[in-house]
Amino acid sequence: MKHARVAYGGAIHDATEHPAGLRLADGRVLAEDAVVWLPPFEPGTIIALGLNYADHVKELSKELTVTSKDEPLAFLKSPGALIGHRAQTRRPADAKFMHYECELAVVIGRSARNVRRGDAMHHVAGYTVANDYAIRDHLENYYRPNLRVKNRDTCTVLGPWLVDAADVPDPHALPLRTRVNGRVTQQGHTRDMITGILELIEYLSSFMTLAPGDVILTGTPDGVVNVDVGDEVITEIDGIGRLINTIVGDDVFGR
Amino acid sequence: MRVLQVMNRMKKRKIPRDRPYIEDVAASCRSWPGIGARPAARRDGWWPAFPRGRRVSAPVGVIGELVMLCLLEQSLAHLQDAPLATEAPVAHWQALAAADHGGPRFLPPTRGTVYGTLLNHHDALAELGDQVNAAPYKAPPKAPILYIKPRNTVVGHRVPVVVPGDASELEIGATLGVVIGRTASRVDEAQALAFVAGYTVVNDISVPHASLYRPALRFKCRDGFCPIGPAVVARALVPDPDALDIVVAIDGETVQRTGTAGLVRPVARLIADVTEFMTLYPGDVLMVGVAAGAPRARAGQRVTVTIPGVGQLESTLVAEGAA
Repeated sequence: MKHARVAYGGAIHDATEHPAGLRLADGRVLAEDAVVWLPPFEPGTIIALGLNYADHVKELSKELTVTSKDEPLAFLKSPGALIGHRAQTRRPADAKFMHYECELAVVIGRSARNVRRGDAMHHVAGYTVANDYAIRDHLENYYRPNLRVKNRDTCTVLGPWLVDAADVPDPHALPLRTRVNGRVTQQGHTRDMITGILELIEYLSSFMTLAPGDVILTGTPDGVVNVDVGDEVITEIDGIGRLINTIVGDDVFGR
Repeated sequence: MRVLQVMNRMKKRKIPRDRPYIEDVAASCRSWPGIGARPAARRDGWWPAFPRGRRVSAPVGVIGELVMLCLLEQSLAHLQDAPLATEAPVAHWQALAAADHGGPRFLPPTRGTVYGTLLNHHDALAELGDQVNAAPYKAPPKAPILYIKPRNTVVGHRVPVVVPGDASELEIGATLGVVIGRTASRVDEAQALAFVAGYTVVNDISVPHASLYRPALRFKCRDGFCPIGPAVVARALVPDPDALDIVVAIDGETVQRTGTAGLVRPVARLIADVTEFMTLYPGDVLMVGVAAGAPRARAGQRVTVTIPGVGQLESTLVAEGAA
């Protein structure tokens, strides 16, 4: 089943997919564009992976100072950076290189500590699509990539749906792509992750307890390009969702 | 839940006089070790929300200058080992917090996101010396370098901290936690402190690690690696957050004396620079940074971080498997 959280009629609702759009828990059936979409669950710890697709590593290799792949490059984000489906992301006027990142997001459903990869799938609640924007102008070589690059307000998009794990037989068999104004600019496949979902859960749970609601953004493949004000960016993973986002300028934020 | 109950009582002006919440908060803040009486007269009238998402809030204007009701309520609920204390007067848990050791464990006094600031002490930066210009760093930091201590790390006063089997000792990152009181976005330095609810003590624990190049989750995000507390002390009771002493003691012996006077970005400047790109929400904690020469401690040792006027935070380190 596919689950969403939306704002409608002055309240926040849980909703599920419906042929006409979505159905609120109270029975109301609404069109997709009649509601305000929120991230589809209330997130706990937000873990993101950098450089987890071999082709993306190659793409960025020119600016990488260290290429060691000893362990996954994981960093954290905070809930304040999140927005939902059909929302707007701010592009600062002075940014030179701001790019999307289409990523499969794995939502934890059961507490996980020292979990072996063979058992890891039991701890997954489901999946959603993430668009994890970065502004590369702000990269510095301390705890890189740092929050000014990766944890900006409006720059982490999640949704539209949380898809139950039971409905995704193989999360490593999912084509994904990004379209900017209708043109495909990024294409990849979740089988190409360097560290797969099971290994990520094993790795992370080897030193920290993962709790229900924690989410792992599993990294992005090759094909990140700069986006500009007015662009419609659609990050899409087959079987998981099609996440629409629009880039807006400083003026919208009174800057 | 308790916060909501009290909030509703306050809304209806039916606060039972036999449980003098307001008076007790006032009294306890004044009697908190090192604070002393400093009756401020602010009535900000905030409606702070703790924790974010659940929107538990309380009318601060009602209780005036001293402390936010929700913090009080959280504090009342702090005592993990003594649930009856939730019905006890504030002075009771204050006394328990100040007791030497062997007192009850506390829950953490904040529930938002906990952010750390790397290399925000002049001496910490100086400790790196010319390394900042060499690979992999290649330049000194320009913007605030932040990291997050996730929820699995956050524990309260006197909760034992497990030393993982792969570490022989832990680095004790004594620092001041700035607790946000109202939503702070694009805040000017001059106004920044008005967004602060109060201050608390944080022990930002790490497995010692040399490189600051990559985010250090495996070193900084172990379960229990972020003791916070015992309580949040209202902003009005901390006249200058940039002039606080910080003392670390291991088994009662002082091993580090530092403070907030040497910050690269003092508290207000830090809030301004951070909120330029990232909103801070009520209940979030912004740690101002760890000084040079962070001491290390081993399993079996008792660590206290003391910030006079803010509190004394105690954690005993225990070996993995021994807890």
